[in-house]
Amino acid sequence: MAWDYIFEGLLEAFKLIISGNPELYDILLRSIKVSGLATLYAGLIGVPIGVLLGLSDFKGKEFVKSIFNGLMGIPTVVLGLILYLFLAPAGPLGFLNLLYTTTGISLGQMILILPIVVSVTVNSIESIEEDIRYLALTLGADESQMMLKIIEEASPGILLSLIMAFNRAIAELGVALMVGGNIFIKGGEMNTRVLTTAIQMYVTRGEISMAIALGIILLSLVYLVSMIVNYIQRRWVEA
Amino acid sequence: MILLREVSKTFGDKVALRDVNLEVKEGEALAILGHSGAGKTTLLKIISALDTDFRGVYTFKGIDVKRDPGRVRKCITMVFQHPVMFRGTVFENVAYGLKIRGYSKSYIQERVEEMLESLGILELKDRSARKLSGGEKQRVAVARALVLDLDVYVFDEPTSNLDIENIKVVEGAIRGLIKRGKTVIFTTHDFLQARRLSNRMVHMEKGEIVRIGKTERILSDMFL
Ligand SMILES: Nc1ncnc2c1ncn2[C@@H]1O[C@H](COP(=O)(O)OP(=O)(O)OP(=O)(O)O)[C@@H](O)[C@H]1O
Ligand SMILES: [Mg+2]
Repeated sequence: MAWDYIFEGLLEAFKLIISGNPELYDILLRSIKVSGLATLYAGLIGVPIGVLLGLSDFKGKEFVKSIFNGLMGIPTVVLGLILYLFLAPAGPLGFLNLLYTTTGISLGQMILILPIVVSVTVNSIESIEEDIRYLALTLGADESQMMLKIIEEASPGILLSLIMAFNRAIAELGVALMVGGNIFIKGGEMNTRVLTTAIQMYVTRGEISMAIALGIILLSLVYLVSMIVNYIQRRWVEA
Repeated sequence: MILLREVSKTFGDKVALRDVNLEVKEGEALAILGHSGAGKTTLLKIISALDTDFRGVYTFKGIDVKRDPGRVRKCITMVFQHPVMFRGTVFENVAYGLKIRGYSKSYIQERVEEMLESLGILELKDRSARKLSGGEKQRVAVARALVLDLDVYVFDEPTSNLDIENIKVVEGAIRGLIKRGKTVIFTTHDFLQARRLSNRMVHMEKGEIVRIGKTERILSDMFL
């Protein structure tokens, strides 16, 4: 009996996935878009910060690095709460009207994953041997050409940081739920329901098969991305 | 051309170079010999303007190297003791110096292939440089330096860890440079190599130059 309930859910879930249930795929696409944008923003801001930090040498550098390192593990619920307080109509940023929008989720997730992008970028820049700097210089590179070379050498690590960040963003619930609000109206244009908020909702409603189907999709997606990371590490990092 | 006056270098309280005075004229082939830890690599890095954190004065063609190391690095290149490869192919590695100098694609293609050919590694062109053997990497490192038309070429133990075949190729390349009137400075533990390639020689001990002069002279002094 106890197992039947899970197997039935699984069977139904596969049926939903294979039959191409439109609601399922609508949610999947939104998730990818929202977290993809978050990753893009985080990359645009975080990669330059990480590169500059990695290449520079100043007194408080280790301290700055430790701040980003610490922020990598911020609980998403807490971040979601903070963002809610700021973005709520009565909050200091309420006038931006970002609460319960996909843009709001993207920006929130960007804040969540920015420390990952910065930290991993810094580490990959710093892991480039000193010899590589000397090599570029002795072959005639000026300072900026040498820095470009170091960024190029670190590029697999930088790409890795973006992929890790995307995985964290798409799998998080706290920000998506509190900033997004899990809004879903059939055919609506303001929907904010994403994979994680949908799973949470279907479980509380007792619609186990939908929840399982979405869970499988999320897991496959995260797993697929991890496999890409693996591939990049094997093929490119060693090259 | 190269003029070092009272150059000293310390790492913490470890003295790596002490009051080094050295002049190298254009077209000279200078060998630097000395035990491990004598300060050879340290000296070459300073000569190549890769390390400007030293005491004393170093001028290259009248340029104060501490003031403008970038300009000096455009005229000197150094091949390191342990070959370092950029990510990417052998071709990309050898092309780098030409690329940043803004040469055209077709010119780079031609020059690089010519260079690889002359070092007997044309067939390695598209291989991943970091996956080569030690000897192959060393040939790539030499090609990467020689493809550039500069005033001074510095080699840090260019043939240690190489087999006979590779030694022949690398020495041949160095000899070619000397014939073309380029200034060459290299370190070695091999007296015979110093004799084969250089006309002047420096003998270093514990960070100091203890002997300097014509290679034949120094060698006979040392063995008497
Ligand atoms: N980055 C560094 N930090 C601290 N000490 C250093 C550093 N580089 C060199 N030294 C020290 O300076 C001294 C000279 O080193 P150097 O590498 O110039 O010797 P070398 O003559 O090239 O030796 P080898 O023949 O083994 O290559 C050594 O005692 C070495 O330990
Ligand atoms: Mg050395």
